[in-house]
Amino acid sequence: MHFENKKLSLYTRKEFSDKLFKVGIVEVSLREAERTTAHHLRKRNTGMSEMQEDLKRSERMPKFQPPLPENVGLTTKLDSIVAWGRKNSLWPLPFGTACCGIEMMSVMGPKYDLARYGAEVVRFSPRQSDLLLIAGTITTKMAPIVKTIYAQMLEPKYVISMGVCACSGGFYRAYHVLQGVDQVVPVDVYIPGCPPAPEAVLDGIMLLQRMIATGQPRPWKTAWEEANP
Amino acid sequence: MKTMEVLKEELYSRFPEFASSIQIFSNFGDVTLTCPKELILPLLGHFKNRGRFDLLMDICGVDYPERAQRFEVVYHLFSSKSGDRIRVKCGVEEGKSIKSVTPLWKGANWFEREAYDLYGIQFEGHPNLTRILCHHQFVGHALRKDYPADKVQLCTSPLPFHLNGNGSGESGEDEESLVPLNIGPSHPATHGTLRILTLLDGERVKKADVEIGYLHRCFEKMAEVHSYTQVIPFTDRLNYCSAPMNNIGYCRTIERMLGVEIPSRAQAMRVILAELSRIIDHFVCIGANAVDIGALTGFFYLFELRERVYNLFEKLCGARLTVSLTRIGGMAADAPEGWFDDLTQTLKHLRKGIDEVDRLLTKNKIWMERTQIAGAISAEQAIQWGYTGPCLRAAGVNLDLRRLKPYYGYETLDFEVPVGTTGDVYDRYLVRMEEMRQSIRIIEQVIKQMPGGDYILRDKSFVLPEKKDVYGNIEGLMNHFMLVVKGIHPPVGEIYDATEAANGELGFYLVSDGSGCPYRLKVRPPCFPIFQSLPECITGGLVADVIAILGSMNVIAGELDR
Repeated sequence: MHFENKKLSLYTRKEFSDKLFKVGIVEVSLREAERTTAHHLRKRNTGMSEMQEDLKRSERMPKFQPPLPENVGLTTKLDSIVAWGRKNSLWPLPFGTACCGIEMMSVMGPKYDLARYGAEVVRFSPRQSDLLLIAGTITTKMAPIVKTIYAQMLEPKYVISMGVCACSGGFYRAYHVLQGVDQVVPVDVYIPGCPPAPEAVLDGIMLLQRMIATGQPRPWKTAWEEANP
Repeated sequence: MKTMEVLKEELYSRFPEFASSIQIFSNFGDVTLTCPKELILPLLGHFKNRGRFDLLMDICGVDYPERAQRFEVVYHLFSSKSGDRIRVKCGVEEGKSIKSVTPLWKGANWFEREAYDLYGIQFEGHPNLTRILCHHQFVGHALRKDYPADKVQLCTSPLPFHLNGNGSGESGEDEESLVPLNIGPSHPATHGTLRILTLLDGERVKKADVEIGYLHRCFEKMAEVHSYTQVIPFTDRLNYCSAPMNNIGYCRTIERMLGVEIPSRAQAMRVILAELSRIIDHFVCIGANAVDIGALTGFFYLFELRERVYNLFEKLCGARLTVSLTRIGGMAADAPEGWFDDLTQTLKHLRKGIDEVDRLLTKNKIWMERTQIAGAISAEQAIQWGYTGPCLRAAGVNLDLRRLKPYYGYETLDFEVPVGTTGDVYDRYLVRMEEMRQSIRIIEQVIKQMPGGDYILRDKSFVLPEKKDVYGNIEGLMNHFMLVVKGIHPPVGEIYDATEAANGELGFYLVSDGSGCPYRLKVRPPCFPIFQSLPECITGGLVADVIAILGSMNVIAGELDR
């Protein structure tokens, strides 16, 4: 199914909320094609009613901005509004194994506050997360586990490899260290550093957000899917 | 310590038939004893039963391919009362076995498994001699000299659920009715790399086992193929929650081998860094322990404080976590201007922050319910397992190397060593809280009497010349070139040195063959013996307690698996 050329024109505030609700339904059917598990559909469906409630609640809330004039129009592409939603609600699975895991805690801590990027809902279940944040050395003993976890995640899913150990094995050119986690999972963003400063991690997350927003093709992921049917 | 002559007399009269084959000598001040392998069990039993050396600190193998007895098994014993140490060494031929010492110390179990995994040394009578660090499909023994350091073997299958290991608890016919529960290695409470396998009867753990090695990144092999200076950054990544302490422990070992005393300013800086690291290590332990059993707020409070200490590290060297601040012979650099004022300010914040967390947790009813009694261990049992550090002190043993065998001027500082009574999770928490306060006291005293002078020994044989000399004159350039290319060459011999790290005794056993790289560097990680007691600690308890006990042990995978 392709919705790329379908445009939505939204007019009044009331209509805006109604249409947005409809966009949500279209998105469900779009995902229906993408996903196969009934479980996830249930989750999305319940998510819809929450969205509706949210909209109602926002109507009840005091208005800080003047209401939109009747004659203002908002147009967007379906893909971009979906991408906007996706990029601002990444749910990371923090796969911290080593030193980088401690820096990742700092990124989520009060000073650097990953929550500002909409990615504060840390999920340890691969079924509930869409960003695999691999922070730390992956050994050959751990590699099959990383692969399993990646396979358990639902589409759309992204992988960030944090730190040189995960990117390339780092200075552990050693008998038990996987020389780069991209040998087992397709990596979207590599963050160098040993460990990377939290600013670098935030930069990596923002890079991924830009990738999602622009819908950049990901040939490495396609190649991985072909190699691991 | 009795003199070596007295020890010799005593052993000759106790084991007259072996009198000719026991040798006792001193190596850089360490008492070393070699004996034939038949004698190892009676000899160590003699040491233990006399109550002289009650703690088994470490067992490791060393590979000498050119010798007839290819492997050497090295035992390090320690007396928790006097602080004396002794090293016992036994030669073993390839393919032959040596008696296991697990009947004497439970804690020997994992150390022997490790020696089997990495060298292929067989231990007769060991309850479960299987691989521990490497993948179960791994072929060969990685630390043998003929195994290439960079030969990666891609293994594809995860280890299936098993309880045939050293799992404690009764093995019964009713196992069919029990529920197997696999915790980790990807589980929020195991922090990434630990795996606990349990059999449950309702909420009770009937049988348990643990699996480690998910972060085995070959530190010891890497040390053998890098020069002495290049090993320093690798030590950072052992216990990454308190990286400077590992730097200090490693550099101190080499300095003792070189027979040098670092300048007093460097010593004071090392004390400050070690105590700051102790504080931030306990932050992670307490914060993570609280998060795991549901108290998220403390984590954010403590990480805000950790950031303040990171700022101090950043000002010193530019790195936050893995600092590599020490050099062989002193420190990498002097503190920048105003750093001590920042430190004083930070200490005030830390003190306040610790009090806040104290108010959040110490009298908190839920926290007390969850942590009291859970994981209680007696002092004898803790020593049997080889506990050191806060976990041992919580069990009521007053053992702190800073007190018992002071170094870097700890003997002149005024501080208390907190000791618990029951050894449960709550006691460990209280001990850690008090240790942080004492560490602040120590740092404040050191700042007040901060010595002047140089921060590193200006010895051309192992310290790099200053940059102005490297670029300014030919001697400096040559000196720099030779040190970088050829490295440092400590004398031939072996040494074991230990410091009191945040988790307990962090020991480095170094064998030097006079070349530019260590011949063998064995780390004695504090949490390795502690974590091997987990199956016994959790068996019979509630499954929810598993998480609380695990958190209180402060298992850092970097130093556990190395």
